[in-house]
Amino acid sequence: MIQSDPRDDGNVDTFPMLLLQHARKQGNRTAIREKDLGIWQSWTWAQVADEVRALACGLAAHGFRRGMNLAIIGDNRPRLYWSFAAAQCLGGVPVPMYQDAVAQELLFVLDNAEIEYAIVEDQEQVDKLLELLPQYPNLKHVFYDDARGLRHYAQPQLMAYDRLREIGQEYDRQNPVFFEGSVGQISPQDTCVMLYTSGTTGKPKGVCHTHAGFIAAARGDVEFDGFNASDEVLSYLPMAWVGDHLFSYAQAMVAGFTVNCPESSETAMTDLREIGPTYYFAPPRIFENLLTAVMIRMDDAGFLKRGLFHYFMDVARRCGAQIMDGQPVRHVERLLYALGGFLVYAPLRNILGMSRIRVAYTGGAAIGPDLYRFYRSIGINLKQLYGQTETSVYVCKQPNGRAKLDSVGRPMKGVDIRIAGSGEVQVKTPGMLKEYYKRPDATAESISADGYFLTGDAGFFDSEGDLKIIDRASDVGKLADGALFAPQFIENKLKFYSYVKEAVCFGNGRNMVCAFVNIDLQAVGNWAEKRNMPYSGYLDLTSRPAVYDLILNCVEQVNADLAREAALASSQIRRFLILHKELDADDDELTRTRKVRRNFVAEKYAPLIEALYSGQDRCHIATEVKFEDGRRGTIEADISIRDVKTLVSGQQAA
Amino acid sequence: MLSVQNIALSFGGVRALSDVSFDVREGEIRAIIGPNGAGKSSMLNIINGVYHPQQGQISFRGVVRTRMEPHRAAAQGIARTFQNIALFKGMTVLDNIMTGRNLKMHASLLEQALYVGRNQREEIAHRAKVEEIIDFLQIEHIRKTPVGRLPYGLQKRVELARALAAEPLLLLLDEPMAGMNVEEKQDMCRFILDVNDEFGTTIVLIEHDMGVVMDICDRIVVLDYGRKIGDGTPDEIRGNKSVVDAYLGVSH
Repeated sequence: MIQSDPRDDGNVDTFPMLLLQHARKQGNRTAIREKDLGIWQSWTWAQVADEVRALACGLAAHGFRRGMNLAIIGDNRPRLYWSFAAAQCLGGVPVPMYQDAVAQELLFVLDNAEIEYAIVEDQEQVDKLLELLPQYPNLKHVFYDDARGLRHYAQPQLMAYDRLREIGQEYDRQNPVFFEGSVGQISPQDTCVMLYTSGTTGKPKGVCHTHAGFIAAARGDVEFDGFNASDEVLSYLPMAWVGDHLFSYAQAMVAGFTVNCPESSETAMTDLREIGPTYYFAPPRIFENLLTAVMIRMDDAGFLKRGLFHYFMDVARRCGAQIMDGQPVRHVERLLYALGGFLVYAPLRNILGMSRIRVAYTGGAAIGPDLYRFYRSIGINLKQLYGQTETSVYVCKQPNGRAKLDSVGRPMKGVDIRIAGSGEVQVKTPGMLKEYYKRPDATAESISADGYFLTGDAGFFDSEGDLKIIDRASDVGKLADGALFAPQFIENKLKFYSYVKEAVCFGNGRNMVCAFVNIDLQAVGNWAEKRNMPYSGYLDLTSRPAVYDLILNCVEQVNADLAREAALASSQIRRFLILHKELDADDDELTRTRKVRRNFVAEKYAPLIEALYSGQDRCHIATEVKFEDGRRGTIEADISIRDVKTLVSGQQAA
Repeated sequence: MLSVQNIALSFGGVRALSDVSFDVREGEIRAIIGPNGAGKSSMLNIINGVYHPQQGQISFRGVVRTRMEPHRAAAQGIARTFQNIALFKGMTVLDNIMTGRNLKMHASLLEQALYVGRNQREEIAHRAKVEEIIDFLQIEHIRKTPVGRLPYGLQKRVELARALAAEPLLLLLDEPMAGMNVEEKQDMCRFILDVNDEFGTTIVLIEHDMGVVMDICDRIVVLDYGRKIGDGTPDEIRGNKSVVDAYLGVSH
């Protein structure tokens, strides 16, 4: 039954209202899917609205009220997405947390957000919360989705999601007007979600967004790329990350498209192929991993396949991106590209699960130029965007046909950007945060008196009006001779090589640039196996001279690249070493979004840096590591250091 | 549920087991431990009918027997895994687990060959059951991977999955954690406890890792040179002098 409803217009400005509007207008369309027991299960918008209603009533029956915060921890599951909506329906605030965080990391957020209620995925998360109970006794209710292994848990705080839903349905029968009344009380200026920043520097801060702000940002995005109810996305990124919240929740609520939840994080890539999303969003790292996987398989492929692949990839590199942007290209090239499309690009897109992609975005970190070119050249409309948790990722996007690899595009509708004297990018956007939770000092520090958010990124507008971001303003430094030093820029160049998993460059205030390199165990392991080189593990691989030669080759090529640009020629890498362990978020070396915490790494490995700059060729180090089960251990290693040839600016590599 | 009485087994002049008796109660996790060559695997082989003891008798769910064929044991609800993995290496994980359903398929050869009639309905039902097990053991991501390409720890898990597919009443695990690292062992322990808890399956396992055995087992039988030298709860075994001398050793 379709009724015209006065609330049905484009200006609905709270998430619960959006949900109810979809349930009325397109109640039979699929809102969300999840692969369960090997089969994709779907829920329509009408069903989702019912689920959310029951859940909200269940929470209300347990005393969850307006102004309270609800912790949500787990992989991307429909029920957890519904929990966001349910909390919002009651005027509460959902607070998603990283599902792979160890218990102690959760403690800070629990305490800071004064969490009393939590909805979590499974036993793993329940165990973590129970472990924290002695330190954080305020936790009153923990609801879990997957009951497996929890049968004998007798803690009074615990309850199964199914039971909560039943209680909610019963509560709804007894108080039939409660739900509507509660939804009616929500104001667009209420906080709709609290997302904790990953804390590259200092303790995490809770970023509070309003319904009005986040919806305005999502609406801007949806208009910009023309998303509609027929689009499909795969939600596989952490729910606590602003990117996933924007893309799998806010944009889906605005555009009414279908969100697909993979079976488990390990199957995400297979599920991607089964779903064939039309819209895809991933940080550069994911695109990098996909490409590495393809390259490794190509290395193992037969002679003919490998030949075809490399020949047509060359063709694509020459003309693929131009064809996509509608620029003139010679007819011969066009023909070759079409042939390549049939033989290589289309099958490749299919393997990547990107056959149906209309728009793919990346952001959150700088993408390597070669990586970016690769995807665009095989016909995937990969574009960059720029934004932060604080701005609802609504600042800049590249329009179709104008995707430049070194810019992040133009300001979105309603966004005003200015560049401060220091080179810092400052932004005024509709998706601006309301405040940092309980941190008026931080809020005042980050938002200028005239309402601009201070991003902390260094950037400038180029002659065509596109914004270019160089690095974090605080990371961009100078070498001792005054030359520009942008570490991330160099690291990204290194990381494009499949053998290099992570790199950290040093050089600020020093006379030369030196680097730590993390090898990629999969890629280097594969390489070693093919050379019949036995090795016992990561540590052993990292100490092999042959592996050093392999990495040296990559570093030299990066140097050749840097030498071509006069401004960067001084930043060529003079010395490097291969770290004996992988940088790991569990050891605080990376953030949970897997960005390097540069200063922490510099401090932790100070003896290695000392050795790099003092000209030694070996250094002994012992490092403490945390295992996943919380135990600690020590890895000791003798690390060798290699010198690298550098080129004079303008000179071509031999 | 199961009791073995006065079992003796010898291969020619070698006496593998002599006069061993113990019982297994419904729903418990029972461990058999002992030094190498103590007769642990032989004991499992007797329970599921691979070996026939020269003396003694076995009663399983009230039925007393002296001889048993392996397929009869399987039909009665006894499933097992092996010390050295015995999977079909060229087949996918899914197909391997499906073979565990073999005894529960009733369609005729012709129906199976043509995928018609009873076979279609049966296969769908079996697949649903297998998917439950896949979900239970968290091996969704390798569903379609040939077993030979998997690392050792995962192959062990697949073998457990296949045994579970038979929906056994009694599950025999021969060194389920041999050759695993600490993390894999923890996972396996959790799976064994979950199986016991969720499906109510009675489990008899052989294991050398004393930490694991003491942690997850309800009762333990200790064998040495084919004789039983101890039987009881983990605490009792820890305090048993002859067991400590023969196997556990003392910390210095």
